[in-house]
Amino acid sequence: MSRKRFKVAALASALLLAVTACSQGSTTKQPDAGSSQSAGPAHIKIAYQQWGPGTVMKNFLAGVKTEYEAANPGSTVEILPIVASENDYYTKLQLMMRSPNTAPDVVYEDTFLINSDITAGYLKPLDDYINKWDQWSQFQDTAKGAAKALDGKTYGVPDGTDTRALWYNKQLFAKAGLPEDWQPKTWDDVLSAARTIKQKLPGVIPMNVYSGKPMGEASAMQGFEMLLYGTKDTLYNNDQQKWVVGSQGFKDSLNFIKTIYGEGLAPSPKQALDPNMGSKVGTELLPQSKLAIDLDGSWIYSNWQKTGAKPWPQWSTVLGQTAMPTQDGSGKGKVSLSGGWTWAIPAKSKNPDAAWNLIKTLQTQKNATKYATDGAQIAVRKDVADDAGYKNSSKSTKFFTDLVSVTVYRPAFAEYPKVSNEIITAMEAVMTGQSSPDKAAKNYDEAVEGIVGKDKTTSGQ
Amino acid sequence: MTTTVAPTASTPAPSGKTSGRSGKPRAANLIRMLPLSPAIGLMLVFLAGPILYCVYAAFTNMALTGTGAANVKFVGVDNFRKAFGSGAFTNAIWLTLVFTLISAIIGQNTLGLGLALLMRKSTKLVRNFVGTAVIGAWVLPEVVAAYLLSAFFNDDGTLNVMLHAVGLPGQDWLYAAPIIAVSLANIWRGTAFSMLVYSAALSEIPKEIEESAEMDGAGGWRRLAFVTLPMITRAIMTNLMLITLQTLSVFGLIFAMTRGGPGTKSQTLPLYMYEQAFSFSQIGYGTAIALVMLAIGAVFSLIYLRGLNSEAA
Repeated sequence: MSRKRFKVAALASALLLAVTACSQGSTTKQPDAGSSQSAGPAHIKIAYQQWGPGTVMKNFLAGVKTEYEAANPGSTVEILPIVASENDYYTKLQLMMRSPNTAPDVVYEDTFLINSDITAGYLKPLDDYINKWDQWSQFQDTAKGAAKALDGKTYGVPDGTDTRALWYNKQLFAKAGLPEDWQPKTWDDVLSAARTIKQKLPGVIPMNVYSGKPMGEASAMQGFEMLLYGTKDTLYNNDQQKWVVGSQGFKDSLNFIKTIYGEGLAPSPKQALDPNMGSKVGTELLPQSKLAIDLDGSWIYSNWQKTGAKPWPQWSTVLGQTAMPTQDGSGKGKVSLSGGWTWAIPAKSKNPDAAWNLIKTLQTQKNATKYATDGAQIAVRKDVADDAGYKNSSKSTKFFTDLVSVTVYRPAFAEYPKVSNEIITAMEAVMTGQSSPDKAAKNYDEAVEGIVGKDKTTSGQ
Repeated sequence: MTTTVAPTASTPAPSGKTSGRSGKPRAANLIRMLPLSPAIGLMLVFLAGPILYCVYAAFTNMALTGTGAANVKFVGVDNFRKAFGSGAFTNAIWLTLVFTLISAIIGQNTLGLGLALLMRKSTKLVRNFVGTAVIGAWVLPEVVAAYLLSAFFNDDGTLNVMLHAVGLPGQDWLYAAPIIAVSLANIWRGTAFSMLVYSAALSEIPKEIEESAEMDGAGGWRRLAFVTLPMITRAIMTNLMLITLQTLSVFGLIFAMTRGGPGTKSQTLPLYMYEQAFSFSQIGYGTAIALVMLAIGAVFSLIYLRGLNSEAA
């Protein structure tokens, strides 16, 4: 009797476990069933970052959704705005792409991260689709390379690129007695202008350079690398194929950060460490003339367009743009970095074919022009770049497009995101006065050696 | 009579015949285990499972992106070597110890004891009022408490307004002394727990003992040191153990107040772990740090348990 009873209970508990195991099994099997019917009507999930008050992408995707659903009866497009700041967006996206249950069908990937996510096996190569796509020839060659991995396959369709430079407020410059047509030649020129502003216009933040962990990649790229690539050093030595450590340029760049945050030429470190700093600069500090110089991207005027978060038609007369100079004016004399975003399909997407159709809709000439214009992108399609509407879309378009001739791309290898995290950690340590630039640079060197291996590093010039 | 009845009564009524006859202890044990088996099964799957997985992950290069995401490799003790060689990690350990010492062992513990002692002597009205206020802070959800406190410590927050009102200079607490600010916040939030534990322990002390000590001429402080405290040593040790373990793992409060910053000035181990695992995608390294945290908690527990045992002996 008792043995029977035991058996029954054992069976019951085994069943219980089996049931949970089953339910897991059955859910993981769904994608197989889903992908087989992908040619027909499908439910496509598209994920992008929604942070701060900006609505350009939201409105653009809403338009594309309507267009796609009308063209493909029965299909539905679900827009998944991932509400998260810079670093959190990537984390959430990566977690979603890990499981077929949560993987979106189309994702918006930053080019700096795409190699890392390709190495992780999150993304699907698009070559089969691209080879049959008549529009691919319209893309510029550099743009085609943006999402090409070391294996030679292409994993993303770029929707634009960007360049970076100094934005400055001409009215504030005039008040401070600085030239309205400002052409700084060295870092010292930039610093002395900032010092003049601080002295003449109390209450105005002289200069913003993104810095520290909360702003994530914006700190590393708009902030630090715009400085570093103006020195004689770089992050990565292309000839030796090694990461650079112990370089003077790295320390000098950190010193620049120390100078502006230490002398009060920048926002208070506390303000700068607000994760909303990016949208604050675009929607408050610049439009309210509370910030004189901003080292920022080509796209920030999208905030001030009619469709933007803070319409400000006067921006094109109030603000000027000038190239960021190199440290001592040597080299090409000016520096810019380029990045950009791509549309990609996760490897675990349930409807890759339908997802590709959606990407094609996102990238029709009409839609690409609309996004390049509203989103203040630098066009990557030749037909968009030639479009009169795009060319005249903003007074700054020509300036930033011309910077393409000096622009540099990040060493977007799989290790880059980790290295970038070490850069922003070093920046934050310096801007808050926690470490000296030398000590922060030393910590960075050690961390990079740990990330890529000591044999893959080389010392600077 | 009673002794013979007891064994039959203790066997389960329906199966009384068989188990009583067989007398096989193993079978009887198995039957007793039966009702527990679903619970044990669930615990194994949902409690032991993740812990074992965590131990496994700590020895791998698991990551959310890059190579560690595609093929997870066993890397031995690399994660631990990296941790102990890193300045950020030692900084985090140091801050964790400071935070635990200030906010739990000194702050919550003594303040809780003090409140419990004072409330014993006070009128019912005062007791109710203080009790409600202190427990109110404890009952508040963590994020709400953290928000209130960051408003309190903010540059133009309540604390500085009060300091200025009495002519004292204020300072930007969250920026200049973040670890002190979050420690004070944790004291504010956690004192109620110690107070409740000590109130219960103090009410267990027989009145006669204290009265006789008073008759023998022992003053207030001597009574406290030689009578009251020795009688609640067990409660003190238990309380210290619980609040230490709670404080070691405080995350939400600090994250909401300072995010571990500025720089890494308030980055205790849980925040460092979160940053490495989720902001910087290094899951393997993050779980290794979690294991180190577990070890630190275990060391504290051992110390307190030894204190408990030596008291009992």
